[in-house]
Amino acid sequence: MKLTVWTYEGPPHVGAMRVATGMRGMHYVLHAPQGDTYADLLFTMIERRDHRPPVTYTTFQARDLGSDTADLFKTACQDAFDRFRPEAIIVGASCTAELIQDDPGGMAETMNLPVPVIPLELPSYQRKENYGADETFFQIVRALARPVARSARVTCNLIGPTALGFRHRDDIEELTGLLSDLGVSVNVVAPMTATPGDIARLGAAHFNVLMYPETGEAACRWMERELDLPYTRTVPIGVGATRDFIFEVCELTGMAPRIDESRLRLPWYSRSVDSTYLTGKRGFVFGDGTHVRAAARIARDEMGFEVVGMGCYNREMARDIRALAKDYGLTALITDDYLEVEAAIEALQPEMILGTQMERHIGKRLGIPCAVISAPVHVQDFPARYSPQMGFEGANVIFDTWVHPLVMGLEEHLLHMFRDDFEFNDAAGPSHHGGHAVRAEAPVAEVEGGPAPHRPEADSPRDTSGERKVGAEVIWLDAAERELKKIPFFVRGKARRNTETFAAERGVWEISVDTLYEAKAHYAR
Amino acid sequence: MTQLPRLPGDSGGCRDTPILKQRGQREVFCGLTGIIWLHRKMQDAFFLVVGSRTCAHLLQSAAGVMIFAEPRFGTAILEETDLAGLADAQDELDREVDRLLARRTDIKQLFLVGSCPSEVIKLDLQRAAERLTERYAPSVRVLNYSGSGIETTFTQGEDACLASMVPVLPATEARELMLVGALPDVVEEQAVSLLVQMGIGPVRVLPAPRRDTELAVGQNTVFALTQPFLGDTHAALERRGARHIPAPFPFGEEGTTAWLRAIADEFGVPDAVFESVTAAPRARARRAVAQAAEALRGKSVFFFPDSQLEIPLARFLTRECGMDAIEVGAPFIHKGIVGPDLDMMSRGPVFSEGQDVDLQLDRCRAARPDLTVCGLGLANPLEAEGLATKWAIELVFTPVHFYEQAGDLAGLFSRPIRRRDALRLEAAE
Ligand code: SF4
Ligand code: SF4
Repeated sequence: MKLTVWTYEGPPHVGAMRVATGMRGMHYVLHAPQGDTYADLLFTMIERRDHRPPVTYTTFQARDLGSDTADLFKTACQDAFDRFRPEAIIVGASCTAELIQDDPGGMAETMNLPVPVIPLELPSYQRKENYGADETFFQIVRALARPVARSARVTCNLIGPTALGFRHRDDIEELTGLLSDLGVSVNVVAPMTATPGDIARLGAAHFNVLMYPETGEAACRWMERELDLPYTRTVPIGVGATRDFIFEVCELTGMAPRIDESRLRLPWYSRSVDSTYLTGKRGFVFGDGTHVRAAARIARDEMGFEVVGMGCYNREMARDIRALAKDYGLTALITDDYLEVEAAIEALQPEMILGTQMERHIGKRLGIPCAVISAPVHVQDFPARYSPQMGFEGANVIFDTWVHPLVMGLEEHLLHMFRDDFEFNDAAGPSHHGGHAVRAEAPVAEVEGGPAPHRPEADSPRDTSGERKVGAEVIWLDAAERELKKIPFFVRGKARRNTETFAAERGVWEISVDTLYEAKAHYAR
Repeated sequence: MTQLPRLPGDSGGCRDTPILKQRGQREVFCGLTGIIWLHRKMQDAFFLVVGSRTCAHLLQSAAGVMIFAEPRFGTAILEETDLAGLADAQDELDREVDRLLARRTDIKQLFLVGSCPSEVIKLDLQRAAERLTERYAPSVRVLNYSGSGIETTFTQGEDACLASMVPVLPATEARELMLVGALPDVVEEQAVSLLVQMGIGPVRVLPAPRRDTELAVGQNTVFALTQPFLGDTHAALERRGARHIPAPFPFGEEGTTAWLRAIADEFGVPDAVFESVTAAPRARARRAVAQAAEALRGKSVFFFPDSQLEIPLARFLTRECGMDAIEVGAPFIHKGIVGPDLDMMSRGPVFSEGQDVDLQLDRCRAARPDLTVCGLGLANPLEAEGLATKWAIELVFTPVHFYEQAGDLAGLFSRPIRRRDALRLEAAE
């Protein structure tokens, strides 16, 4: 048993739903109780889909247990087929149905439906959403893909995008354009947009582009073995990774790399004078392994941040991210417990978080700006405008997204100069974010999207009131406290912490204005 | 003189209308969802779901649309090892509770909430609650109830929670009024204040914001429900000797007046007092409803089953806002509770209980109502088909009861319709 408040990933059948919902002509019959239908809203509300996910739930009840849950499954399966006429069906169980052991796969097989029925075994009590998506797509490919003749032109498949994926919609478009510049056209995009018929002709491509290892790697491995389709290992997020990707593709195809960087703005933006203030900003990176790897590289090499912490929540990527962290001189944090992530961030006091929706909320609580780089995502991570992460336009989008929550360079200086101005002061927050009069002590670093309700600091299961008060033995003298208030909010937390650490290390228990400035000089870079 | 509004004799009333029952996929939340508002209401309570990753994800997804504060709820996720041997699961649960209570000393009530997985493996949470109550008495009281999807639908979770508290309420012989149902504080205060002005009291509320209040129950207790989904709580209170005051639910001016009237009659409040206390807020409510209802008059409405508020709301929309109800679906219809609302409705609408969502969608599409009230999973798909929708869950999270909210309630329904009129997005011909 493990106590969980917020989770980074849903159960594995939600991963299967992401695959089915991304596809066309596929239907998922899920043996599950009624409450599990909540998952529909992930797609209709968060992703704003205009169709119900193609999922039929059996919604068995307590009174059905032991008598006719199996019949219920068969009826649901038959009704779903009659009504939706899918080209193929996947069947499976949610966590509760797994316990009653009805064997949906076996039952569906006995029904002799005139379309392929693919059974899924997703262990709900061991694995999670990404695994569910990866395994489901793999099973679909294994069941439907056949060796077919290669296309005459050089083509590839784009593998991995699903419904509810972070910017998958736009990454597909960006990559399709980039590949077409290289003279490669796209054979099939899957699971997103593909029909079961498209899956059957995956083998016509010359190679696979593995966009998201989290959801497409098992299928790519199988296709490499069974259909002789090599796949790309570089995920083209960021300038360097996109260039590497282009070389990788050209190596696979034997074509000469033609790189059109005319639309790429990130390098110049990073070199322009205003970006001086980005240099050395201490960033903490957390998310799924793929996006963390990409974000760390962009942060360090393409924007000049200092990466002070990194980790991922999907254990499947643990080894990879541990090795990566070593390159950055760090120890990776591999956990799906957001309280641990919060503790790590609190201890490191970064100036910027590159994370998921979870870290965005942690950032709000701690007053640290955050940009979202990875799932889990929320409604504002499905913007109306075109905003890919991949390719050169993706790099441009990332530059803007990351800089947005930060206080702009010149503004930072103005805040120092006019810190007592009644209109232009730090409590008003970054001016480009509009109307938040936030409490000076707990500023809210707002990223695009709606405001979250503010709440008192104490209202936290973590607030063990005691644990955190170690520093409380250090006393701030009034004058020092007043001086601290004059420091702009976005560095105040760090200043407070540094000063307390500085004082504690020297056995100083009262902080005066002098201590404050000594600490400042000590930590100055 | 205020009359309980009734339809004349045999010309109307829907209490005896036959109910359409279909069995198929139900597109509804399970009772765990109630935790999202209950944990805000009961400030010293923690809700520990014993369930799976799905349960945790449901809470997060249902709550994620509304809040992301640090909650007083969590899920003890069952793992492979727990499923193997039951004795272990009880030990594991003790260990998680010990940890939790050591960390959260502000917790005075702990609810162990059963889920589908815990029920299927027959994990005995009642036994666990008794054992833990002994261990933590008197500082923490541990109760259990089921919020599982195989036993409960959406708002039934609140019902199960409140019902679990009734047996442990202290006994009293005092004649007291108990209001039953979790309401936003501002709404609750309005209701209590109206009653107190009429000289009714003491007024107690279940659930109380904290454990150590004077809430008690006995044979001189009379109670009024503020929510229509509290069937089990109703039964549990009757078992403790309390008596129910049947009434229409306090939605809209008329519903609020009828609800207050029923209580006032029970306490022998003179008409003049009733009039003087209610006249001003009634007039305000009527004005506010009239304004918001302009967009609703003559429009048709179709309810998918969701919160069990459907029947009282249909009564409000048809009588006070001039709408026509085509179908009123509810997960369950408890005539002892919604009977007075049914009595007030004109015949015409289909009443359906339970659901086969695909068949119901067919009916809805054929009827093309001006407004469809449905869950979050259906709303955008129906909008995309050109049907205006109101998501039902908002009705449970927003203050909508009593006079001062009557206009807001009508507004919740009129906004989607006004939006359709306001948007000019069609491409030029
Ligand atoms: S329906 Fe059952 S398994 Fe699903 S979330 Fe609700 S309690 Fe958990
Ligand atoms: S407040 Fe906004 S960002 Fe936060 S959980 Fe709610 S909708 Fe999401």
